[in-house]
Amino acid sequence: MSDEAKNVGQQFGRLPATAADREVEGRVSREAVLEFFADRFGIDPAVFEGFSFWEKGKGKIWIFAADAPSPIRVEGLGMTVLRTRQEHWKPTQSAIQRFGGHASKNVIEIGGEAAAAFARGEDQELDWDGDWGYLIAARDVGGEREPIGVGLYVYGELRSTVPKGNQESLPPLSAE
Amino acid sequence: MNPLERYAPLVDDEAAFFAACERPLPSVVRVNTIKAAPERARRALEHEGIEYEPVGWHDQLLRLPEATPGTNWPYFHGWLHGQEEVSAVPALVLDPQPGERIWDSCAAPGSKTTQLSAIMDDRGVVVGNDNNLGRLSSLRHNAERLGVTNLVVTNQDGRNFSFNPFEFDEFDRAIVDAPCSCEGTVRKNPTTLEEWTLEHVHSVAAVQKGILSRAVQATKPGGTVVYSTCTFAPEENEAVVDHVLETEDCEVVGFDCPLDSVSGITEWEDDSYDSSVEQTHRIYPHLNDTGGFYCAKLEVTA
Repeated sequence: MSDEAKNVGQQFGRLPATAADREVEGRVSREAVLEFFADRFGIDPAVFEGFSFWEKGKGKIWIFAADAPSPIRVEGLGMTVLRTRQEHWKPTQSAIQRFGGHASKNVIEIGGEAAAAFARGEDQELDWDGDWGYLIAARDVGGEREPIGVGLYVYGELRSTVPKGNQESLPPLSAE
Repeated sequence: MNPLERYAPLVDDEAAFFAACERPLPSVVRVNTIKAAPERARRALEHEGIEYEPVGWHDQLLRLPEATPGTNWPYFHGWLHGQEEVSAVPALVLDPQPGERIWDSCAAPGSKTTQLSAIMDDRGVVVGNDNNLGRLSSLRHNAERLGVTNLVVTNQDGRNFSFNPFEFDEFDRAIVDAPCSCEGTVRKNPTTLEEWTLEHVHSVAAVQKGILSRAVQATKPGGTVVYSTCTFAPEENEAVVDHVLETEDCEVVGFDCPLDSVSGITEWEDDSYDSSVEQTHRIYPHLNDTGGFYCAKLEVTA
């Protein structure tokens, strides 16, 4: 029998600081989450100072602005931020819209009809010289980059992962 | 009979009151300052060619005369949230500070809850409670869309809310935006009045008294509790405040209402209420071209 407790689906458990501090089987660490955002998107770990990270259900990671006792049985604790169940971790639309402005790599800038198609949740063929996998789709707003959402780039195609409830028919973006 | 006839003796201008209740409500959005400054949101609307009118009393509210609030890029980015002008009042009256613990007893679908988070710069904790599990999904959806990270969602009966999940046992402030007969939303939902009964007013008032009592108990001495409804019925407004003044340790405190309003009433049918409820505010639709609203501010005394 393992001395590590099992993850319980109906409660939130705080992520351990590092893998060495882990008490719940299979739970990722805060350090690993910060490394993921730094390695994949170049987001400085300092951006997440003052936030705590939690797991509810297997591999569903949430970010909370304060701290709380762990485990805690509530319906929501902050905002969903990351899915770690699959081999390739997937940041959420809400996390990327909120924190993706700090990214320095794996950001694909789109505009015009491409941005509108992305917001509708559609897949589209696009050129991209960088890594395959999850990208931040972003646009330019008055010289500032603004994340739109998360796209999965594979086989020459950008697949929009905008959740159904957030998809919207919007006018093509015009240049600023 | 139109149930609103019962309030004719309360309003200064009956004709204007009834005429306003017949008109559709202007479409208003609040700028979500967690994601965008008001100036940036306004520039983005202008760039898209979407007409808006600023709301004079608050730079984070914009009227969109022509547009559907949800179908533009600033909305998609979570910079805007559809919220009736008058419904922005109670969170401003509560005035939560970054780092504080706030209880929102009846939070779904979350317009006021997410406004509280924005006022707090998304720091501290907002406990957004609702007894209706189905409505919690709209609260969660809105909070995610607006990028709120300081919200804890609970699903309890507000009348006997338990601190059990938490390591603290009092809030700095609480807001009770109570379920009500919604008479003041008639401009948005014209069928509201078809379902109106006095029995419902009385039964919902009993729930309101229970939730407001719990909010006063759950707030620290010196803390603020704001009570609001979107109804005109004194049974659900002044009578509820009068009830907690008698049963809980609290007092009414005055505030400057940012919209034109009139004083709470101290007499209704066979009842009379504590004179301090005159410091609460009634907002009638014709006063500012909004929905109808009631708002009271209480201070916890012990």
